[in-house]
Amino acid sequence: MDLDVLFLSRFQFALTIMFHYLFPPLSIGLGVVMVITEGMFLKTKNRQYEVMARFWTKIFAVVFAMGVATGIVMEFEFGTNWATYSRYVGDVFGSPLAAEGVFAFFLESGFLAVLVFGWDRVGPKMHFFSTLMVAFGSMFSAVWIVVANSWQQTPAGFHIVGEGMMARAEITDFWTMVFNPSSVDRLTHTLIGAFILGGFFVMSITAWYILHKRHMVVAKQGFTIGLAVATIASLAALVSGHHQAQTVSVTQPAKLATFEGHFKTGPADLWLFGIPDPDQQKVHMGIAIPGGLSFLVHGDFDADVTGLDAIPEDEHPPLQIPFQTYHLMVALGMYFIFITLLASFFRWRGTLFDKRWLLWVFVFSIIGPYIANQAGWIAAEVGRQPWIVYGLLRTSDALSKAVSAEEVLTSIILFTIIYLFLFAIWLYIMNDKIKHGPDDVSELESGMEGGLLETVGERAGTGGASLTNPRDKDGKEG
Amino acid sequence: MDLNTFWFILMGALLTGYAILDGFDLGVGILHLFVKKDEERRLLMNSIGPLWDGNEVWLVTFGGALFAAFPHAYATAFSGFYLPFMLLLFALIFRAVSMEFRSKQEMRWWRQMWDVSFTGASTLATFLFGVAVGNMMKGLPIGPDMEYTGGLFNLLGPFPLLTGVLAVATFAMHGSIYLYLKTEGNLQKRIQRWMWTTFGVFLVLYMLTTMATLVMLPSAVKNFQEIPWAWVVVVLNVLAIANIPRAIYLGKPGYAFISSAATIAALTFLFGFDLFPNMIVSSIDPAYNLTIYNAASSQKTLGIMRWIAILGMPFVLSYTVAIYWIFRGKTKLGKFSY
Repeated sequence: MDLDVLFLSRFQFALTIMFHYLFPPLSIGLGVVMVITEGMFLKTKNRQYEVMARFWTKIFAVVFAMGVATGIVMEFEFGTNWATYSRYVGDVFGSPLAAEGVFAFFLESGFLAVLVFGWDRVGPKMHFFSTLMVAFGSMFSAVWIVVANSWQQTPAGFHIVGEGMMARAEITDFWTMVFNPSSVDRLTHTLIGAFILGGFFVMSITAWYILHKRHMVVAKQGFTIGLAVATIASLAALVSGHHQAQTVSVTQPAKLATFEGHFKTGPADLWLFGIPDPDQQKVHMGIAIPGGLSFLVHGDFDADVTGLDAIPEDEHPPLQIPFQTYHLMVALGMYFIFITLLASFFRWRGTLFDKRWLLWVFVFSIIGPYIANQAGWIAAEVGRQPWIVYGLLRTSDALSKAVSAEEVLTSIILFTIIYLFLFAIWLYIMNDKIKHGPDDVSELESGMEGGLLETVGERAGTGGASLTNPRDKDGKEG
Repeated sequence: MDLNTFWFILMGALLTGYAILDGFDLGVGILHLFVKKDEERRLLMNSIGPLWDGNEVWLVTFGGALFAAFPHAYATAFSGFYLPFMLLLFALIFRAVSMEFRSKQEMRWWRQMWDVSFTGASTLATFLFGVAVGNMMKGLPIGPDMEYTGGLFNLLGPFPLLTGVLAVATFAMHGSIYLYLKTEGNLQKRIQRWMWTTFGVFLVLYMLTTMATLVMLPSAVKNFQEIPWAWVVVVLNVLAIANIPRAIYLGKPGYAFISSAATIAALTFLFGFDLFPNMIVSSIDPAYNLTIYNAASSQKTLGIMRWIAILGMPFVLSYTVAIYWIFRGKTKLGKFSY
């Protein structure tokens, strides 16, 4: 493979976005869990819920910081590596990005400050409100980013002005652009994916506590909340995924044909797995439900589905990566439904927390939603190729002209080193926080007292006695 | 006023908001290594703990708005400054994680490592902003296709290096005044000395930069002929700068902070005023300049975006005020501190 600017820039974008995408879905998913946990605390006044809410907040802060730090890279990269693309789409694509900044980021970052540092500065209701705003803010971000990305998949609400190298898309209708044919489906599916991740993340940690007989009360409560979120979301993912596949069959037939290795227009099978072979135009070593894809798309086992033969050769997406990642995502989706329903059944019977084997399965299952989220994006993005804006602008025409391969290669090397380093540290910190676990209710009370006195002191204008918590000195908190 | 001018001014407002707000927390970062005790370093970090992230959003929003309103300027500048922008990204990443990670472990080497990274990243980011401003003032080798045609070393001339150092001095001064407001006792006494030092360095560099601009870039004052009232800003700027030592001397650090914020605002204004109506000046041929007209989005987009700004900015300003109000007062270390 040539190390040209195109390959390197695509590689860099894939690297930086996949790394970035480790964090936002977890923020969104954990946001929901935090809202539920803190809401339960306000409703029941049960301090165990508060313990849990504070614990998730600390974890959230570490996740969020990484999301912010790696997210700013993405915004810059459009300009640095894809300047021609930026010129072509700026009129359309820029406004959701600006809206994300104005409507979502300020909300998130402002209330995050109250969420993380404000326990002793504001009342419980205001704190809950901040949690809610941070959770909403992280979803609003997803709204605008998925809108921008969906416009690349199914452009709408624009016209092309100018010709040749000076051509660019100009907006004609903002709301048609926002609600382009794939926005809603893709947004729903993305958010559900994040909720599943949040649920499984919480279950993984709390299952580990239960297995080690630590923080039993809060762990069981936490597991139940995570399970509820994950069960509902897993079922919803099936519905939304199905709906999305139907949309793709209309809006991006080449992509669906690639996902399913469907070479010839006609009735289409549904592959459970396999290895598609473009030379022989068939799928090797697979198992398929005959007519399954026709049925899912059209409700009829014999209906025609557009195959790759109907698409010009030079507009075919790469085959192997979208096919495999798509099937991986679907298979994992099935696994999530199975395992959460099973656990929900045992939870209902009251025997879940005695089933050590199942808890161990949940400890490790966190890897599943991570892979599914990443695989879904890879399938969606690679399945759009060779277009950067579907049907309008090719990825190969979208590069920065002022940037050399050496420059991109240098930045990739630096990104790789820095990201590996940061990821190792992030895992280390997360592991440490999780091992330390939530504070006991008694510790919380002593902490609260300090905070309360300090606040009172401040309000009285005495400057407040500096009641540094003894835990701070041993550095475990921080 | 046409929409293009409106957006140019709004971009200027976002940049000013960013420079004033992130300016003080970058300044805290620049000064961080000058305190030695662990507890004092934690105090410094926590003084900006709840605020820095929201401050940085001004930059993110500036980037998004530039992309949307002036996509050619965004594309030309970002691809032209490729490696400096990558360095800036690494600096911003390291700054964010340094604060987040530093106090999570107790080991001396661990904290030392993140302290160095915090100061290094804050200084580098500020310096690069200054270098970028200097280059924009000087003009870039932009060809007829709006593409940057120079190399990396074109960007490191003496004038941009000077503006880079000036930026570091300005933010260090701004940060030291902020820290003076947020600290007490012995630490505050030492920070008072920093205010004097950083102000002195700033003053010298400011005067040097002004002279260099007048000598090397005489066109920088061209707009004053058309809009002479802009001299008011220059006068106000000088008064604001003069008020900083006066307020420090009189023991009114709040006024010193307002004055340094006003200085930053005036400098940002003068920068924008120098460029207007250009976004990026071509050093090859003025015909290749990117202006607020040929680099802009369509009128339709600028109009939609104006609505986004009108609807969004009041919210932004109200949370900003609310958050600063909630976290007012001297910084103290508590259970939830870094």
